Amino acid sequence: MPRVSFEHITKTYGTLTVLDDLNLAIDDGDFLVLLGPSGCGKTTLLNLLAGLLDVTDGRIMIGDRDVTDLDPKDRGLAMVFQSYALYPTKTVHGNLKFGLSASKLPREEIEKRIAWAAKLLQIEPLLNRKPGQLSGGQRQRVAIGRALVKNVGVFLFDEPLSNLDAKLRTEMRLEIKKLHDQLKSTVVYVTHDQIEAMTMATKIAVMNGGVIQQFGTPDEIYERPSNLFVAGFIGSPAMNLRKAKLSVAAGKIEAVFTSGVRLDVSDYPFAHPPLDGAEVIAGLRPEHFTLAATGPVAATFDVPVQYAERTGPDASAYFRFEDDLLALRVEPDAAARLNPGQSMAVSYIKGKANLFDARTGQRM
Amino acid sequence: MTHLSIAQKALGAEVAVRSAPYFPRKKKAITGRSIAVIVFLSICALFFCVPLYVVITTSFKTMEQIREGAMFALPNVWTLEAWDHAWNSACSGTRCEGLKVGFWNSVYILIPSLILSIGLSIITGYALALWNVKWAGPFLFVLFICAFVPFQIIMFPLISMTAAMKVYGSIWGVAIIHAILAMPVLTLIFRNYYKDIPQEIMSAAVMDSGSFWKIFFEIILPMSGNILIVVLILQITSIWNDYLIGVTFGGLGGQPMTVNLANLITISTGTVRYNDNMAAALLTAIPPLVIYFFVGKLFVQGITAGAIKG
Ligand SMILES: Nc1ncnc2c1ncn2[C@@H]1O[C@H](COP(=O)(O)OP(=O)(O)OP(=O)(O)O)[C@@H](O)[C@H]1O
Ligand SMILES: [Mg+2]
Repeated sequence: MPRVSFEHITKTYGTLTVLDDLNLAIDDGDFLVLLGPSGCGKTTLLNLLAGLLDVTDGRIMIGDRDVTDLDPKDRGLAMVFQSYALYPTKTVHGNLKFGLSASKLPREEIEKRIAWAAKLLQIEPLLNRKPGQLSGGQRQRVAIGRALVKNVGVFLFDEPLSNLDAKLRTEMRLEIKKLHDQLKSTVVYVTHDQIEAMTMATKIAVMNGGVIQQFGTPDEIYERPSNLFVAGFIGSPAMNLRKAKLSVAAGKIEAVFTSGVRLDVSDYPFAHPPLDGAEVIAGLRPEHFTLAATGPVAATFDVPVQYAERTGPDASAYFRFEDDLLALRVEPDAAARLNPGQSMAVSYIKGKANLFDARTGQRM
Repeated sequence: MTHLSIAQKALGAEVAVRSAPYFPRKKKAITGRSIAVIVFLSICALFFCVPLYVVITTSFKTMEQIREGAMFALPNVWTLEAWDHAWNSACSGTRCEGLKVGFWNSVYILIPSLILSIGLSIITGYALALWNVKWAGPFLFVLFICAFVPFQIIMFPLISMTAAMKVYGSIWGVAIIHAILAMPVLTLIFRNYYKDIPQEIMSAAVMDSGSFWKIFFEIILPMSGNILIVVLILQITSIWNDYLIGVTFGGLGGQPMTVNLANLITISTGTVRYNDNMAAALLTAIPPLVIYFFVGKLFVQGITAGAIKG
């Protein structure tokens, strides 16, 4: 199974530059998720890989083949589309079969693969139906089946789950993940749903404005976002980002917020030695706050409760801090006990803060 | 026991409600406006029905009865003589072989021109709508202009062109001219219809097969049923009812039925045989009527269906 690489890719539509000198490489068997807000160029990048769009400049490699100028059918890829794109006049069987029409396979082999994919995806009873007679989830399976029968090394998915309801989405997410584990294929998957990204990916590329902001494993992206965009984009509720000034004293480095609260960042792995008085932005994850100050603490905030909300197993509480809200993850029963307006001491766990340069927005 | 009584009560209550509605509605009186509309529609209906009645009854009469002059009378004896005469032996000019010559000419004109015009324009429309064609924009613009050029303007150049191709004055001349004149409009119709096919279906097909013809025959053509019916009906009626192209390009040997009919009616010697003429006119009108009768419903569906659902 091949590795896939984009080398110095540029794509323009007329005068609009969508991708500019983009580089990205993934390994054999990786599950790459392209994640980013709407209009950032994810579909464009995927379509360039599929060959449905021509690159303006640059090179695309699959394995050690340069596929930049190959026809889509010759690239050894299979794609699942957001709208499923099933052929409405063909039966499910016909749809799967047409997926193999470019390959000159003998008839028995074609039937064998269709039977295999149908069994794997549990669509055997549907083989003689037309797409119009299927539910959304069933259509989705057929679309995946049409990609599977091709038996290729690289699968492309363009937001395949966004038309499904929440429950089905969770189910299909697991199934796609299971398929990937089973087939060991390379997958490029586009989504703007960060839960999908975090749960399925082995690698995530966070994109914004046609630029890859960060490329790494889900853990790296979540734990060490490389700039303010990634920090704000990943996580729900979003990371709390607050202006602060560094105060560097002997053996102790602190980020001092405008209101005077001091955040101990002595153990922060600075890339460069920090300067006293440097303007920074501190990023505090909602789940790294505690209401009970146990264990080592980096800072304690004395702040009034604004409101709390429960999202199923979790609850979030919002506190007013420096004319803005501070989001915290709390236990649901603790949230129920909070009284709006009441001041509380909340603590931030030591060693969990993120610091970004206020001027460049880059991680320090 | 209690259940039953409850059910009965419920039933009774319902009946009571039904028999005495809470909000009785007044019947609306017929207003002057609707009377005017009804009168207008009746006049329109008469305007079409009376001539039709006369044409149909006259075609079944004998010449003796027609000479008596009672135009609205039913035939004394119903006879198919006039129909037989019109079809088999009515004279146009020097030939007395009836309308059947024109009928078959029309059929031989219709079939090749249908195949030629629809075949070429469906492929062009498909290519323009779904594939990257260089200069597609300007090409569409030219087609658009062509679709609105009146035939009379280009008639003379077309005559010399068909003469150079050695098809002028034959069935083929008429068929080819029909096909060529229809192509711009048909291409635009097909192109607009195919533009509504979701882009992703086309992308999927390109990744699956990549073959222009395979995608056309296996994916696109099966999705074209509606528009094909619309185009077929448009083409059949316009070709069948055409007179000008037939009379210009058909010469003596390639006259379609309409030209045949006109000759039959205008070039007659002696007394005017009204019954023959009426029968001939009806014979000429029957084929499009039959088409409407059989596929008219599909036609309406095709026009209203519009976009293709993925
Ligand atoms: N054919 C086109 N012509 C001009 N601009 C285009 C074209 N297709 C896409 N764009 C632009 O390119 C940019 C990237 O589009 P793209 O479809 O890749 O976004 P995306 O990341 O997939 O967004 P979404 O999450 O909404 O699907 C957008 O700003 C869009 O307006
Ligand atoms: Mg997209």
